[in-house]
Amino acid sequence: MSRVTIPLGPQHPALKEPANFSITVAGEKILSTSSRLGYNHRGMEKACEERTYIQDMYLLERICGICSHSHSTAFVQTVEEIAGLDVPRRALYIRTLIGELERIHSHLLWLGVAGHEIGFDTLLMYSWRDREVVMDLLALLCGNRVNYGINTIGGVRRDITAEQIAGALRDMDILEERTRYYIDIATSEPSFIARLAGVGYISREDAVRLQAVGPTGRGSNVAIDIRATDPYAAYGEVDFKVITDSHCDVYGRAVVRLLELMESYRIVRQVLKEMPDGPVTVKAPRKIPAGEAVSRVEAPRGEDVHYVKGNGSDKPERVRVRASTMANIQAVNKMMENNNLADVPIIIAAIDPCFSCTDRCVRVIGGKREDLGWRDLRRHGISWYRKHWGIDFGELNRKLHSLRGER
Amino acid sequence: MKIPGKMAKEVLRHSLKPPATLNYPYVKPEMPDNFRGKIVFDPVRCIGCRMCVKDCPALAIEIAAVGDKKFEARFYLDRCIYCAQCVDSCPKDALLNTKEYELAQIDRQNHRITFHAHADGVVVDPAP
Amino acid sequence: MAQSLFNIIVFPGFLFLCLAGVCAEYFDRIFHARMQNRKGPPWFQPVADFIKLSAKEDIIPEEADSFMFRAMPVVAVAATVTSFLYIPLWGSQALFSFEGDVIVVLYLLTIPTMTFFLAGWYSTSLYASVGAVRTITQLFAYEVPLFMAVLAPALLADSWSLSGIAAYYRAHPLYWVFNLPGLAVSLVILLGKLEKVPFDIPEAETEIVGGVFTEYAGRYLAFFRMTIDIEMVVASSLVAAVFLPFGLGFGSVVGFILYLLKVTAVIAAICLLRTIFARLRIDQMVDFCWKYIAPAALLQLLVNIVLKGVLSQ
Ligand code: SF4
Ligand code: SF4
Repeated sequence: MSRVTIPLGPQHPALKEPANFSITVAGEKILSTSSRLGYNHRGMEKACEERTYIQDMYLLERICGICSHSHSTAFVQTVEEIAGLDVPRRALYIRTLIGELERIHSHLLWLGVAGHEIGFDTLLMYSWRDREVVMDLLALLCGNRVNYGINTIGGVRRDITAEQIAGALRDMDILEERTRYYIDIATSEPSFIARLAGVGYISREDAVRLQAVGPTGRGSNVAIDIRATDPYAAYGEVDFKVITDSHCDVYGRAVVRLLELMESYRIVRQVLKEMPDGPVTVKAPRKIPAGEAVSRVEAPRGEDVHYVKGNGSDKPERVRVRASTMANIQAVNKMMENNNLADVPIIIAAIDPCFSCTDRCVRVIGGKREDLGWRDLRRHGISWYRKHWGIDFGELNRKLHSLRGER
Repeated sequence: MKIPGKMAKEVLRHSLKPPATLNYPYVKPEMPDNFRGKIVFDPVRCIGCRMCVKDCPALAIEIAAVGDKKFEARFYLDRCIYCAQCVDSCPKDALLNTKEYELAQIDRQNHRITFHAHADGVVVDPAP
Repeated sequence: MAQSLFNIIVFPGFLFLCLAGVCAEYFDRIFHARMQNRKGPPWFQPVADFIKLSAKEDIIPEEADSFMFRAMPVVAVAATVTSFLYIPLWGSQALFSFEGDVIVVLYLLTIPTMTFFLAGWYSTSLYASVGAVRTITQLFAYEVPLFMAVLAPALLADSWSLSGIAAYYRAHPLYWVFNLPGLAVSLVILLGKLEKVPFDIPEAETEIVGGVFTEYAGRYLAFFRMTIDIEMVVASSLVAAVFLPFGLGFGSVVGFILYLLKVTAVIAAICLLRTIFARLRIDQMVDFCWKYIAPAALLQLLVNIVLKGVLSQ
């Protein structure tokens, strides 16, 4: 059978975000793949430099809708480190609590998405229905279902009451029972297993070499979990297992996520029961001293790294983010080797991708590699658009400024 | 143990139960008390310090002085990201969250609202 | 003449089938939704979908073969409706019948699948071509077991006409119980014929967008959707006529109600099956058909051959 190259994305029903995979197949067998990102670059890192630390917190929280708490935690941790703030223990416990609730909702969401990608819509409907429990709990604790906005520099914005703790414990029981049921399904429904087992294989060596993080790595037996290897917030004080699996395929990743859910319930219970008393914030200065810091957080999708450099003003000098999909995306092309066209969606979904978090603006202009400063890049952009599209940014800029009521 | 059609029991049991979905917009979910919905402004309390304006990540608030120690707030709800940082920043509790979440508008102009100070309470107008 | 025309066009022909198809789609969707703990569509949704699609622009891709592209939906509807006329609904007499019509009906039911293939092939788009190849691969996998399963009861009845089969089982009540394995086989195969999960491989949305129907829009797509609805009714009627031939002698009113119940039960069974499985891959589907479905159908055939010998003594 002849070779054809099938484009998957940037618009495709299996992808919720824009990315492009070119898949060369002979019949149904994949011969080679290549991926392309960059459809949704949002320039957030640069935007951070023009906003205050407080404003950045909300901007960075919106890098990802699902791991929003992880991003904001990573950011406030760096800022707290630079400013030398001593965050109260109760605040750390609340951060841990929200972080785990976020993981629960993200993993349940993933289970549904995985079900949908393999045509098992019933699983999607059920797991998303049960996910509502944790979403409502998050809304109750933080004030919204997504973008919780619980972190602030020097602590958390909202305290948790005794009633809320009781309610949360009840919700954990419901979720635990449901998760047991899903584990039961995942280990005994043959059509589900048939679609996942042996698909998207990546050996432990390759996973390490290609820097797979989070459940993607742990599904290939790479026992790295920032919560355990480099504890932050209150993770040093709670007891939990790092889940790994040696299937090395999509099934392994599914098992890791399902068992991690059970661990998360344990962590949440411990955190709720041992919540220390005390204040939830310390006063943070508006101007953060000069200095730099890196912080790592285990987002539901894997390790999330933030770097911040302060210059003594109320705005950071540089912010750098590495979301977990950025680390995992390299492994996807490897995983697709020797699989079928039908497996492509579930292989992509198995890293739980989040392309907007990942998109970078890297461009080699001209034949040789040259480093462009921000100013040159900007000038290049303006002249490129004027030349190719006849767009004059001067006019647009003025309009934008008047619209925003620029100060 | 592989059991084909493992979910059969569960789905059949549910087929007789009422659906889990809400019949929105006829049935509206109730949001918790500290929900971060639409922000309201109380002109009587405002002292015009403009902390809210400074901290708002979305440039969604403007505070204007109208007369002696009287202020009115204009909100651009189309830009607001409902983070409620302004509520936290305000030293006088002049800004408050409400539980209102149905905020979609067809005309963007309807999102621009001004809270006027008035002798008998607050009057909310579409912004000019 | 006028009577036959009425039968073909109105009842139990085209218009009745359209109505039945709409009801079947609604039932399938609401039952599916309820099993998933959802609310499901309102009762008029299938009609609303049809009207909406018909009102949309018909887009024919430049690269596609315009004649084939437009002809296929019509051929598909025509073939399905025609096959319905040979199936006895209540009582044991179909509208038309002749010795050998069982084969004709099975062939006519293959035509929609063939039109899906041709429609996908002549759309010439990548996704549609992949879908087309999958359609035909799947057809080869389930067609033989389906023939064997349906011919087994015919063998026992010693008649190659559906009406003849019905008459035989009317004369020998309870003999249909022997055909239960065949019923199970044909229910599974119906999932493939109607392209439903776990065999919705040719139009796997998350893999190949819309499969063979990727390029279809407007009226043509509406026609294809109608074909699938009608096919659901026709195929369920066929299964009901061949495998559930009980209670045929109670006159037309009771017979008609019984017929509706049987068809509903078949559709409910299909719907249940499509709710509780994940979609298989095409190679797994072919394996499954040859490993489990074909031997089961063969077994049914052997059992019936032996039974025939035993019973005729
Ligand atoms: S809620 Fe947030 S975005 Fe909205 S006005 Fe207040 S600070 Fe600004
Ligand atoms: S922070 Fe409060 S008091 Fe200050 S200007 Fe804003 S609303 Fe008024």
